[in-house]
Order: sequence, then C-alpha cells, then structure tokens
Amino acid sequence: MIDLKTNGGHDRELISFRIGSQEFCVDIMTVREIRGWTQTTVLPRSPTYVRGVVNLRGAVLPIVDLSARLGFASADPTARHVIIVAQIGHQQVGLLVDAVSDIITVNDAEVQPTPDIASELVKTFVQGILAVEGRMISLISLEHVLPPEQQEAA
Amino acid sequence: MSMTILTVDDSRTMRDMLRLALVQAGYEVVQAEDGVHGLEVLATSNPDVIVTDINMPRMDGFGFIEGVRADAKHRAIPILVLTTESDAEKKNRARQAGATGWIVKPFDPVKLVEAIRRVAA
Amino acid sequence: MDPMEAIKITFFQECEEQLAELEGGLLAMEAGEADSEVVNAVFRAVHSIKGGAGAFGLDDLVRFSHVFETALDEVRTGRLAPDPNTVLKVMLRAADVLADLVRAARDGGVIDEARVQQIAAELAGCGAGGGHHDETPAGAEPAIEFTPLAFAMPVLEPELPPAPATHEWIIRFQPKSELYANANEAALLLRELSQLGAMTVELDSSMLPQLDALDPEGAYLSWTITLTTERTETEIREVFEFVDGDCELSVESAEPQVVAPTPDVFDVMALIQKVQAAPEMAAAPPLAPPASPPAATAVVAPRPSPPAAAAAAAAPAEAANGQGRADAAAAAPTIRVDLERVDRLIDLVGELVINQAMLSQRVMEAGIAGASAIGMGLDELEQLSREIQDSVMAIRAQPVKSVFQRMSRLAREVAAMTGKQVRLVTDGEGTEVDKTVIERLADPLTHMIRNAIDHGLEDAAGRLAAGKPVEGTVRLSAGHRSGRIVIEISDDGAGINRTKVREIAVERGLVSPDAVLSDDETDNLIFLPGFSTASVVSDISGRGVGMDVVKRSIQSLGGRISISSRPGKGSIFVMSLPLTLAVLDGMVVSLNEQTLVVPLTAIVETLQPKSSNVYGMGGDARVIAVRDAYVPLIDVGLLLGYRTDAMPAGEGVALLIESDGGGRAALLVDAIQGQRQVVIKSLEANYRHVPGIAAATILGDGRVALILDIDSIVAVSRTGDLATEPKLAMVS
Repeated sequence: MIDLKTNGGHDRELISFRIGSQEFCVDIMTVREIRGWTQTTVLPRSPTYVRGVVNLRGAVLPIVDLSARLGFASADPTARHVIIVAQIGHQQVGLLVDAVSDIITVNDAEVQPTPDIASELVKTFVQGILAVEGRMISLISLEHVLPPEQQEAA
Repeated sequence: MSMTILTVDDSRTMRDMLRLALVQAGYEVVQAEDGVHGLEVLATSNPDVIVTDINMPRMDGFGFIEGVRADAKHRAIPILVLTTESDAEKKNRARQAGATGWIVKPFDPVKLVEAIRRVAA
Repeated sequence: MDPMEAIKITFFQECEEQLAELEGGLLAMEAGEADSEVVNAVFRAVHSIKGGAGAFGLDDLVRFSHVFETALDEVRTGRLAPDPNTVLKVMLRAADVLADLVRAARDGGVIDEARVQQIAAELAGCGAGGGHHDETPAGAEPAIEFTPLAFAMPVLEPELPPAPATHEWIIRFQPKSELYANANEAALLLRELSQLGAMTVELDSSMLPQLDALDPEGAYLSWTITLTTERTETEIREVFEFVDGDCELSVESAEPQVVAPTPDVFDVMALIQKVQAAPEMAAAPPLAPPASPPAATAVVAPRPSPPAAAAAAAAPAEAANGQGRADAAAAAPTIRVDLERVDRLIDLVGELVINQAMLSQRVMEAGIAGASAIGMGLDELEQLSREIQDSVMAIRAQPVKSVFQRMSRLAREVAAMTGKQVRLVTDGEGTEVDKTVIERLADPLTHMIRNAIDHGLEDAAGRLAAGKPVEGTVRLSAGHRSGRIVIEISDDGAGINRTKVREIAVERGLVSPDAVLSDDETDNLIFLPGFSTASVVSDISGRGVGMDVVKRSIQSLGGRISISSRPGKGSIFVMSLPLTLAVLDGMVVSLNEQTLVVPLTAIVETLQPKSSNVYGMGGDARVIAVRDAYVPLIDVGLLLGYRTDAMPAGEGVALLIESDGGGRAALLVDAIQGQRQVVIKSLEANYRHVPGIAAATILGDGRVALILDIDSIVAVSRTGDLATEPKLAMVS
C-alpha cells in the first residue's frame, strides 16, 4: 500500500472518551461496541477497579473501571456512564468511562511520546499523547487493563 | 462427458483415497459404504464402472456383485473388485459372482485408473 | 493440507474405531457371546487396518495385521476353534500389539519388536493347528516374513529375458458367454491389445446360428489377431488376465514352430471361415475409444437381454434389495458431524433457554397471569426449550463403551505385570454421558483399575489362603441414577487395611493420632493428597500419582468419588458424575444483594439456624449443631468479601453441604430463591479464575450469577483466606 502523506506515518482512527476532566483514546480497531452501564455482578475478592461481570449476549463480560485502573478516583456509575467493549487478545473486556466524545483520525507522526515525568501507572497504559484542537488526549494501550493472572502452581 | 465411477467400500480411508484418485483422474465419483448401500446408490445413479471391496458389513462384495448382475439394467456395468489377496480362490469367487476384473491392494491410484480404463467402454 | 495427509488422519481415526471393534468383538468371542457377524466384523477390522496401512506403506503394520488376519480367517472359516483360554488370549494380546503398532505409526515411538515377533509367532502357531490355506508355509514363524504387497497388475516380470526387438504373434481368442456376463468386452480387450503393437484382426462369425436359434447372451464370435510387438508372451496374456477361463486363448509365435495346437483350438480353427477382415487397428490412437470395433459385434451385440430374461433376473435383485432394506433398518443410520458444530448448537440452545427464562420473568413482572394465553404459550415455549436442550445435549452423549474397552486391555497388562489372574467384568457399557466426560474419565479409571489389581487383589497364595478362587474379579459398571452417571469399580480382594491406612495417615500428619474416625472416614483417607498405601511405590500404581489426583480429576468434572470396603471381601469405588458439563442443577440463593448458585449435588439439607444452636469458636469461627454433630458454619458473604461484618446466624438460612472428601459444613446465606437448572458459563473466557467460584451462569433476569465452588469454599474456610486458595480444577 502506498502512503500518500508527505510526512510518512499511517493514519489511524481512534475513539476518544472522557474520564472526569481528562480525555483518553483507544484504537478504534479494538472497540467492538459501546453500551450503556448496567448493574454488575460483583466478583469476590477482586481489585477495586474490577466492577464485576455482566451478561453480554450470553457471554460473561468483566467490567473494568478505567478511572480507578488509571489511578483516579473510582467511578460512581450512573445510567449516563458508558461501557466500551474492547477486544484485548482473545478476551473481551468492558471499560467503564464517563462518556464517549469523538472519533478522531490521526497520523502516527502526530502522536507525541509520553512525557518522562509520568508515574508507573501512566507508563503502563499511556502509549503517547495527542494534541487535538488544543485538547490533550492520552492514547492508551489496553494490554494490561485486566489484573495480572495469579501465579498458580501448575 | 466424464465417466462416473461408483465405489463401494466400508473403510472411510479407502473411500477417501478412491475419491481422491478418481477425481484427480477426471472421473465423477459416487460412493457407497457397503453392499446394501451400494445397491441403493445404484438405483439412483448410473455409473459407468463400479469398484467394490469384498469384505464389508451387511452385504459383502460377492453379494453386491450378484445383486448388480441380477438386475438387467446393470449387467453390462464393468465391476472391479478391490482385493488385498492375490488369492486365486477369491478372484474366482468374485468372477463367479460376476466381477469383470480386480485390483490388488495396496491401493495404487495409477493401477486403479489403468484398470478402469481397461474395462470401461 | 496435502489430501493424502488428510486421508492419513482419517485412516488413523478409523483405525481407532476398528481397534475398538476388534477388541469388543474378541471379548464377546471370549465370553462365548459372538455370532458369525461378530467374527466377521473382527476379521474386517484387521483387514481394513491392513488395507489402509498398505496404501500408506506402513510395512510393520501390514506385516503384523496380515498374520493376525490369517489367523482370524482360520477362525472365520471354522478351521480354528476360538478357544477362550488359548486362541482368544493370544488374539487379545495381538489386538493390543496391533493398537501399539497403529499408534507407533501415527505418533512415532518405539515398538517392542520382540513382543511383536513373539505374538506374531503365537498367532501363526494358532493358525497352523488348523491348517494353513494360503501361501504362507505352515506352522511357521516365517509367516511374519511373508509380504502381502502383491503387485496390482503384474507388469514386467523381471526374471524373463528381454524379448527380441519385435516379434510376430498369432493370438486366437474365443470368448465364452461368461466373459460377456461379467461385463467384459471383446472389443475392449482388442483395443488393449492394439496398444502393444501393430495388429491385424480377423473376425470369425461362422459360429453364429440362425436368428431363431440365437441365444442373445451366447458367445459365437472369435478372433484371430496377428500382433507385431516387442512385448513378451506374458505381457500379451496379461491383457486377458480378467477373462482367464472365460475364453479360449492361445498365444503363439508366428515364427515357424512345431507346436501342435490343442485339440480345442484346433477344432475351432478348423471351423474358421475368413468372412471379413477387421480394419487395421494399429494406427488407432492408444486411448481413443474403439470407434470401429470388429464389425460383427456391431451387428449382433451379445448382451441385450429379452424381457423374459430381464424379468427373471429382476426377482433376485428385488430380493437382495429387500434384504438390504431390512438390514439397513436394523443398523440405525448415522452421520458424522464436526464437534464444533454441535458445540455451537449447544451454545445457541443455552442462549435460547436463558432468553426464554428472561422473557418469562419479564412477562411475570408485567403482571400477566400465568393462566393467560401468553402465560400458557410461555409454558409451552419453556417445555420446548428444555426438550431441545436435552436433545442437543444427547448429541454429545456417547456410550462409555469406548473407555471401558480400554480398561480390559489395561487389566490384562497389569495382570501380566503382577502375575495375578484377573477377570475384568464390565457392565452398563451402553450408558451414555457427555463426550468430554468420557474422555476425561480415562485417566482416573486407568488409575483405579491399576490400583484394584495391584493393591486390591491378593496374590494367588493369599487368595487360596482366604478360600477364594485364584482368579480375582474386578468389576466395572456404569448406570444412570437420578440424572447422573454412576460408575463403580469393585474388586473381590482383601479390602482396605484400615489399621495400616490410619498408621500412614498419622505418620504423614494427615490426621491427628487421637482422631476418632469411622470406618468410612478411614477408608476415604486414601484420597488425601500425599497418601499412598503402597509402602514401595510400585511400577504399576506408582508414577507419583495418588488417589488424590483421581479425586481431583473427578471433581473437575463436577463429580464425586467415595470408597467403601469390607475387610477380606473387597473394596468398591463409587463415582457419580454429571451427564453434561454444559448445565448444572443448582440452588439459587441471595447474599447481600448478590445472587449465587450452589450446586445441588453438594447440598444435603437446608437448616434454619437459631442463635441457640450456633456457637462461637473465637474470631469469626462458628459451628452449628446439626442433630448430634457440630459442623463449621461458613458465612459465605464474609468469606467472599461481600460484607465486612459477620451475619447473625438467626437472620439467614444455612445449607448443609458435603464436600467430596466427606467433610461437612453449613453455608450461611440470606435466603433461598429456589432450584434451577442453569447453563454453565466460563469466567475464564473473558476474565480469569476467581477463587471460591467454579463458573458463572446467566439467570432469568439477564444478570450473571456466580456458581460456588463448594470444595474450595470448604477448604479455604479453614484458613479464612481465599487468596491462599490452592489452584483448583475448574468446571470448564
């Protein structure tokens, strides 16, 4: 495929969403659907950012409170909150966010590296930052959104 | 128009091999799993040549050949018998039942096609 | 994939089926329950393995199956009596060897060549007694040297000297009516011959009778062919291989030779009138159909049958067909379906059941009466959904026969290794259960059968001393009981040595020295991790696998296992397993606004705790008095972290449960909602294993409910900490 852009990199589409006053985005290719918040079934002894599980057309879908996962305050979900159903590897995970704001098209070259001052949590999740119409949007990677599997004896 | 071959064998492996060899040689293939099934298939298809195994459940190859030959419509269809044995007794029984020729296993696609060519008009 | 590779996979699958058929048949023969159809099926099984093996060039397999087949043919034809104590013993071991050879051919791996040779020799020995009928020298180990790889159509015979450059042959060929009856064609034979070289053909139709005397199926024509070719006489005769005996044939060198024709041929020759010379055929392209077969055949085709003959011929065909249909009805037709498709269907039906339950609940919430048309329609829908679900589950169900059959081989092997005489009796092989359950039963059953023979049965001297027959009996049975499959393994051995079991358990710190244990509790100590009754880990039962592992695998299938034993009389293991891994009967309970499902099989009874029969044991630990016994009262909400403070016992309901180890506990919950069959959903698919939880399900309100893992709950209730829970086998 030939890239006609003069500045090299590939275009990609991102979905941006809001958590509190901050804006984040993920690659649209990982997003399966967007649903409203529904009451979850709480999983025992799970990290606080795991809100529990819901029924997604017969499959059991874990819901991760992205705010809590990224180190902000835990969300207090209402009917206005939304769940972004994302594909992470072979699993599907629901991400609880305040609202979906936009679909944006960016060129790879526009993604700036994460500033060095960032915390460990930010380093784990933030791949880079974007400046769009004067707003700062963090591009996040979902790879480590779920709690790590316990080390279990074989 | 390509010729149609009916194969009768209870072994899936043999059926698959027969099909592969015959299709590669450009024949149409219909298949049956034993003698009884073979006669049923024969009632709805019009093969140019029949290739049949001998040892089969429900109705063996001898019974099947006799069944084919007993029907006036089918007495002119060449029937080749698949046999593991070069056993003269088995060949004679097959021939008495009405077999046209035989193919000695192990299965060899070249020999199969050659034998069909020999008996097919 | 290379199509031949795909066929090879089919071949090995088919081999497994044939090996099962073989073993089943041989066992039936051993029990004297086999009719000739069973014997034929056994023969065919080996015959088919040989056939496929030949095609794939699996020579070891071909050689052994040939020897086996030869011996079976002796039995089939009645020349060898299938004596259960001699011939069938050898054949059963031969079936084991054959299975090994098949698997070695499939997976690679080493074959005990000496064992193969020995069994082959024994097989050959069996057959020799009855008199051999094939090319194999009688009474012979050489049987194994015999190579059945005959050439399909003998081509060049290498030992023949090369023919002179070209040679002229005179071939006289007079078909008999049998030739035509078998659908051979003189014209095709001539076509074949024409490919060997330049050829001229003369037709003799002088034998043709008057039309009124003509038998339409008679043979009246003969041909004299002059062939100039480099080929040998043998090659020329091969053209007529299929019609050998169905024609008069002479092949003579045209060069002057003093060879008197046989009288037959002479007579025929004497009658020849050269009516017509057939066209020169040498120029015909080799593969073209004979556009102009010898002219006369076009005039009088030898084959057409008059209606009378056709009618007469049709009768037996009809009979054969009728017979066929009767047989077809006897053996129910089957189709093969990809397991994936079945599983997809099962998933969909699971959805259907959930949706139907959700719909019912919504309708109820909407205040529509059950007796209304909608309500009754929903009832019917529910009924139908349940029936569809049962039917779909039944697709995955298979008889336990396949795994039971493997056990008889195992029993023979373990018997041989321990030097004990063992009879394995199986019962209820037709009992059906989910395919996955069957597959995962093989290992635990293997271990238990080994155990029963190795540890359960006494040696010959011990048995005689105990007044028992030298041959020990191990019984393996299956049956359905209240919606589950129950499998029992019993032996008539010495029973569990309780004194010794207790000693070992105390020695290993598994029970305290002053523990008061019932006989059953003592017996069940053998299921504890780290327990092994053999003071020396034997080659057979050893491999570092204990009964705890057996128990784990049964539990992972949602099953339970227990043992009971009578000193001097033997032991019996009883396993009960769910018929399917896709649904579960559960008790739906509420707990602090959460809904949970407790597997019904674990529940003994429900209790209404009163503060007067619940006693604090320090910290959060409490026990509840159940009649005369005290069992731990587990505050499930507290344990799972759903609440931080213990719930007053009097405010809830307790479920008395029994874990598979026989340990009892009472689970304290808020309330019981009712019993329900639920569709099991994996938590691991999108998340991971959650301690204390076996799986999830979706209830009628569309919400996810968690299914409690009883054994894990009971185990961790002792430590009070789910985080330290060891890895538990999960319901998949």
